[in-house]
Amino acid sequence: MSHSSAPMVSFREVSKIFETSSGPVTAVDAVTLDVAAGEVFGVIGYSGAGKSTLVRLVNALEPATSGTVLVDGQEITGLPEARLREVRAGIGMIFQQFNLLSSRTVAGNVAYPLEVAGWPRARRAERVAELLEFVGLTDKARQYPSQLSGGQKQRVGIARALATNPKILLADESTSALDPETTQDVLNLLRRVNTELGVTIVVITHEMDVVKYACDRVAVMERGRVVEHGDVYAVFANPQHPATRRFVATALRDRPSPAALERLRRRHSGRIVTVGVREDGGSSNELTRALREHPVEGSVIYGGITEIAERPYGSLTLELSGSEAEIEAFIADLARTSSVLDLGTAEDPKEDPDAVGPRASGVGHGPVSGEGSVDGGTPADPEARARAGGGQEALLLGKGGFGAAIAAIFGRRSKW
Amino acid sequence: MVSRATDWEYLQPLLIEAIGDTLYMVLVAIAVAAVFGTAMGIGLYVTRRGGLFASRPAYTVLNVLVNLVRPIPFIIFITAIWPVTVWVVGKSIGTEAVIFPMSIMASFAFSRLVEQNLVALDPGVIEAARSMGASRLRIIRTVILPETRGPLVLAFTFLFIGVTDMSAMAGMIGGGGLGDFAIRHGYQRFNWEVTFVAVAIIVVIVQLAQLLGNSLARRFLRR
Repeated sequence: MSHSSAPMVSFREVSKIFETSSGPVTAVDAVTLDVAAGEVFGVIGYSGAGKSTLVRLVNALEPATSGTVLVDGQEITGLPEARLREVRAGIGMIFQQFNLLSSRTVAGNVAYPLEVAGWPRARRAERVAELLEFVGLTDKARQYPSQLSGGQKQRVGIARALATNPKILLADESTSALDPETTQDVLNLLRRVNTELGVTIVVITHEMDVVKYACDRVAVMERGRVVEHGDVYAVFANPQHPATRRFVATALRDRPSPAALERLRRRHSGRIVTVGVREDGGSSNELTRALREHPVEGSVIYGGITEIAERPYGSLTLELSGSEAEIEAFIADLARTSSVLDLGTAEDPKEDPDAVGPRASGVGHGPVSGEGSVDGGTPADPEARARAGGGQEALLLGKGGFGAAIAAIFGRRSKW
Repeated sequence: MVSRATDWEYLQPLLIEAIGDTLYMVLVAIAVAAVFGTAMGIGLYVTRRGGLFASRPAYTVLNVLVNLVRPIPFIIFITAIWPVTVWVVGKSIGTEAVIFPMSIMASFAFSRLVEQNLVALDPGVIEAARSMGASRLRIIRTVILPETRGPLVLAFTFLFIGVTDMSAMAGMIGGGGLGDFAIRHGYQRFNWEVTFVAVAIIVVIVQLAQLLGNSLARRFLRR
């Protein structure tokens, strides 16, 4: 993926306000953002965050209310309709509901943008065949969309979007209507579009997995604003904004929900801590070392480790047993290299301020019941006091400053 | 009254002429409606809020016009626009004089049917076409109309039946047709047999139209 210096798409203080009967609604609020040429850029947000509107500003399906949008160096804000059509013809777009023409065959759908662009019939047929081969649907050329599966429909959508050799492909929730396996196929195809054809892709999604798997960089949107953006790993391994932390937590589900934590406490009466597993420091061998060096026993009772942008990320939740002082020393020692969240004991519980998920029932993968217990050996460091006074308050969905709380506990910035 | 045998030798040519008149009136009226009704229906659809040519004034004018004309009972409509008929057709009685108000009424009726069917179209496909740089007129021609062909054919079939109904009132101003035939030679002479034959023929015509419409629509509907 070659990143040339000039951005392919550039937003400068862009806002979009819709006038509705109940007053103006700001869908996009003063967004400034660059999408580099040749990258796969993700925009993640919950529904209503403004991401679909943001992507429609790129091909001027929605005109910006204020600010400037530059596409491949050209300012598109304020262009007349006829010029905008030329801009749009150079930008492919795929949709959640595929939006194929039901009255046309697969080949007819792929040919549509070529007809719009005025290609002669013979060249159209040639190009359609080429595109269908690229997406692996050569044998479906004469079928109608209603005869295809969701994944096949989206592949037709991709072939259609690529027909006129666009430099940019906008993918608006393009996998949200697909099952997990088909989602993978479509994401793999998008990656190929990016690497083999060099097309810059903007992916709009509410699924963390899509960003994790397909994107180089990401912007997190909430209420029309981009609250955080950057390299996918940097953003998700060290989320600063509550919205980002919610996405990380919902995707990985490595940390127990309040309800799951309650069940864990019923089974495990000892001290429960959650230890972050990350690429830089806090990897699981740090945990192994600390367990070996302290006279503390730890069993893994919950957790999950995954890859974000091909690098490890996750956390393990352990029950620690040993004397109070030894446990404190263990936590303090481990906290020097890893992020540690103290959840207290069944008698003296502490809450996870970033907890996500239901309070009533379990979530996701459920607890890992592995026996990760290792005996410690080194005496406790007496002065280390991991005063885990962190999140006594039940702060739901990351309303509070988790980073600040951790910093207060461990005297340094949280690495979550 | 029915004891007297029906003189089919006398009635048959009249019946055939009546069938011809009915088909003539109905076919011309629905042909006009196919053009003007479709145009007006598209007009209503594209000028409404969020449409391709969204325009509140244009939509309001069209909408009010359609609402003004549609509720008028056809038999009253014929007399109401009588001066216009004379001006356009050049005469106030006869088959052509009936075709004119029929065409207008059919166009207005069809415009609503067209609008209703277009509204049901998924706006996503229009957005997709816009994203490919298609002009608005091209979208009407290559997306909106082809994508709604199936329901439009069904609506047109429905219109055919409504217009056949209108044609029955043609007799009032000397327009002829099966309705007129049934009233004059059947009802007014207390000849139930003649009325029955005329009704049966109308039913057969309508059935055939519906059959044709259904099979065409099935071919167009690719869902």
